[in-house]
Amino acid sequence: MVVFEKPKALTDKVFHYCPGCTHGIIHRLVAEVIDELGIEGQTIGVAPVGCAVLAYDYFACDMIEAAHGRAPAIATGVKRSMPDKVVFTYQGDGDLASIGMCETVSTAARGENVTIIFVNNAIYGMTGGQMAPTSLIGQVTQTSPYGRDPKTQGYPIRVCELLATLDAPQYLERVTVNNVKNVRNAKKAIKKAFQNQIEGKGFSLVEVVSACPTNWGMTPQKALEWIDEKMLPQYPLGCYRDKDQEV
Amino acid sequence: MAKLTFKEELCKGCGLCVNACPKGLLALAQGRLNQKGHTPVELTRPEECVGCASCAIMCPDCVITVER
Repeated sequence: MVVFEKPKALTDKVFHYCPGCTHGIIHRLVAEVIDELGIEGQTIGVAPVGCAVLAYDYFACDMIEAAHGRAPAIATGVKRSMPDKVVFTYQGDGDLASIGMCETVSTAARGENVTIIFVNNAIYGMTGGQMAPTSLIGQVTQTSPYGRDPKTQGYPIRVCELLATLDAPQYLERVTVNNVKNVRNAKKAIKKAFQNQIEGKGFSLVEVVSACPTNWGMTPQKALEWIDEKMLPQYPLGCYRDKDQEV
Repeated sequence: MAKLTFKEELCKGCGLCVNACPKGLLALAQGRLNQKGHTPVELTRPEECVGCASCAIMCPDCVITVER
């Protein structure tokens, strides 16, 4: 009996991601959830600009490519015009937390009934490792060669906490994928974010703390350890909003 | 008995599965490359594999299929 195989909601296209990039794991989790909920035929995904720009080639459901950062706005339009479809966006930190912060906050503030998968690896991957709004204090990047200095470059943005100040979001959770247990937890959160939409509950966002071995300048395994050592103290895992749990 | 199947041409040799295996049964191949030029992963002692799928869960490239 097959107990683990590539999910049906992924195409046969080979991922272009670097060796050890956790985008591949997160793509697979989203696809597994689509398979388990049996919604591939009625799901519409919105791809970002960034490393995951080619996500439209990898997911077997219908996909749209948004202008940089505008995926939540596109998702809003699709969901409002076709409310019976399941609409998700898949965005990195450069897309969602930088150029797209306006669309992210506005969509969350309106409580749009969409699902957002936010991959936070604290760096701009596709363009070669520049500093992101989520880069850590002291983190060396192409544009912060002496480490991020808050005096001139500010402090990292915690997206889940920021959105949790809004009234409308239904569900905000931060997970990571740096070991087997955390991958399982990440899948539960992603599944809940899709189920919320199917049940009409409103805006759900899952932030996945992710690794970028290439631009962090580490081996893939070291990058997963770095998540525990450096990323999680800045970006604590946990549920920041779940209206189901509120009385 | 568990059986692992590797889509070797998809493997990028990142080694995340090697570290994920609780029994340390996986290793990157010695002295050979796949078509992409990466060192693919191999199962060193197949008879000890229990099919827990930890390797497949950590694989970013869906290389591994697990049967039990």
